[in-house]
Amino acid sequence: MTGLYLAGAFMISGLLFFNRNRAINYLLVTGFLALQIGFTVYEYLHINKTELFYFTADGLAVLLLIPLCIISIPAMYHSYVFLSKNQENARHRAIYFAAMVMLLTAISATYLANHIAVTWIFVELTTLSASALIYHRRNNRSLEGTWKYVFVCAISITLVFIGILFLSFTLKQEGTDDLSFAVLLKKAPELNLFWLKLAFIFIFTGFTAKMGLVPMYTAGIDAKDKAPSPAGALLSSVLLNVGFVGIFRFYIIIANSPIHSWAGHVILIAAILSIFVATVYMTKVKNIKRMFAYSSIEHMGIVMLGIVAGGVGYYGAVLHIVLHAFLKSSLFFQMGQIYRIYKSKSIYDVGNYFKYNLTGSVVMLLGFFFATAMPPSGLFISEFMIFRGLFASNYLLILIIVILLLTVILWAFGKNIFKLLFSPAIDFREEGMEHIKPVESLSQFVLLGLVVYLGLTPPMQFVTLIQEAIKNLPH
Amino acid sequence: MINVLLIIFAISLLYLGIANRLLTYIKILAIQGILLFGIAFIELIQINAVNLAFVLLETIVFKTLAIPLFLNYVMKRNRITRDAEPFLPNFISLIIITMIIIATFILSNAIMDSRISKIFFVVALSTLFTGLYIIVTRTKIMTHVIGYLVIENGVFILSLAVGNEMPMLVNLGILLDIFASVFILGIFVNRIGDVLKDVDVDQLKNLRD
Repeated sequence: MTGLYLAGAFMISGLLFFNRNRAINYLLVTGFLALQIGFTVYEYLHINKTELFYFTADGLAVLLLIPLCIISIPAMYHSYVFLSKNQENARHRAIYFAAMVMLLTAISATYLANHIAVTWIFVELTTLSASALIYHRRNNRSLEGTWKYVFVCAISITLVFIGILFLSFTLKQEGTDDLSFAVLLKKAPELNLFWLKLAFIFIFTGFTAKMGLVPMYTAGIDAKDKAPSPAGALLSSVLLNVGFVGIFRFYIIIANSPIHSWAGHVILIAAILSIFVATVYMTKVKNIKRMFAYSSIEHMGIVMLGIVAGGVGYYGAVLHIVLHAFLKSSLFFQMGQIYRIYKSKSIYDVGNYFKYNLTGSVVMLLGFFFATAMPPSGLFISEFMIFRGLFASNYLLILIIVILLLTVILWAFGKNIFKLLFSPAIDFREEGMEHIKPVESLSQFVLLGLVVYLGLTPPMQFVTLIQEAIKNLPH
Repeated sequence: MINVLLIIFAISLLYLGIANRLLTYIKILAIQGILLFGIAFIELIQINAVNLAFVLLETIVFKTLAIPLFLNYVMKRNRITRDAEPFLPNFISLIIITMIIIATFILSNAIMDSRISKIFFVVALSTLFTGLYIIVTRTKIMTHVIGYLVIENGVFILSLAVGNEMPMLVNLGILLDIFASVFILGIFVNRIGDVLKDVDVDQLKNLRD
């Protein structure tokens, strides 16, 4: 099925690229969505089955495939709205959809890959397809965003490759040349510590570009800002999970080796700095879309804190990453509508959103409450677990610092969102304003509903999948 | 023989530090491609013939011919000024690159591991850091790309160090090369000229907070 899926999806992507007819384009996209849903259901039913040697649907893969599948449907719908509202050019539309299909396929394959080199190849493919999406508007600014994204991702992918080379040095000493995660896990306690440390540093730094953590987070911010909102939603939800998969799968190996606590400290530094950077920028950022992007940095930092904390923190971290994907994609979808009303993303040009788009502003308000982890948001549950994990493993000082920083973020986030929702907009003419149909916000409500549902009353299967994902970590 | 080639490669890095014109940078890249061809040929002679042919073809076709010719074409087409415009004087660049090489020597002596050939490690790491240094200290997008290609060459040397046991990794490195050259160069550097008049990183500084 994996082979069928990959072949089918790449074929659809290719056909989309060469086809300029509107109706056939949308037919192909619908076909891809059907394929994606079928594939996700199949993988869920055949858990832990290895296909094509390099793809295994383990707990983590299925757990992340399901949000990808759910988010891809509204992403395609909002892309359709986005493209039909702007004067659409047949060629640009074809490239846009081809790149989006390619991106979703590459992300799915990265989740499933059970071999570090295969993960690497598909991460490279995500950079390729994401940059076509970022460049969609074809102006100076989007060119800059794309250039930075491509360059930073190219450097980071090189760093991951160097990490893999160092890893292969140590495997060579152990007399094996298999770089699959299963073999690495088995060999983990015996590997040479010097090479393993070097490999960890390089692989971790490399994947932070995708995940949006401190050393390499910058390019992602510009990319999410410049990409069209539906694409931005994918970049800041499922694509962040790609980085998480890369780091998490390698961390499981490290956690079973003697350098576990050392690696924990490296991650801890990156996590704290991420939250700190997010706080600093959140207080001064004037662009709402960029603010959401910085909020993602903060959440990724929290996820990494969960990984460091261990115990219940592992569970919280995996839960957090799933819920964050739903939440952030819904905020980005809504952002597209805000831009259509005000024709600006700057906080100075927007305001009184309640008056112009009632359903949309309810999404914004709920999104704000959920993103700052207030109950009944599921993020409250996951953050609570992570903080409990930190408390249990005696990171009290870290915990206090993080909670202080989160309070500042809450203030900064709230300041901007309430300006958007309630203060009157300066110099805003209502005449030519576009009216948004309430039904366009439906998908956002569904996604936000999932955040609450999965957080408060998680179904049994969901809990089992999370436990399956973290079973190899030492408790 | 392999040591000679590697040492010449390290010397080409020093030359990179004092080069003034973009054309010189491009020529150095081509020379490095030829050196890599030699190194790969001697080092990987034991792996199977098809794979070896593939690796050699890549070093000759991509690294030595396609990339330098293409960079040259882009430079002419976008009328990029010939000067590399470094922030620091060449003399200081030379000293810093020498320091990089000495530092990697000291680092590699600290590693107690007889199975990894030290000279590969030294040359690979110093190439990597030199590439980073070039990216940091030059202003043009063109020189950023050249710096990145130098990093690629360093990674290629590093992958050759394990190439006999794991030819797959060398192939992956080649994939990275093709990704970089086709993608960053082909699609990108080409397009930048269409949108921007003068290709300078200073023009790409609008996105920030």
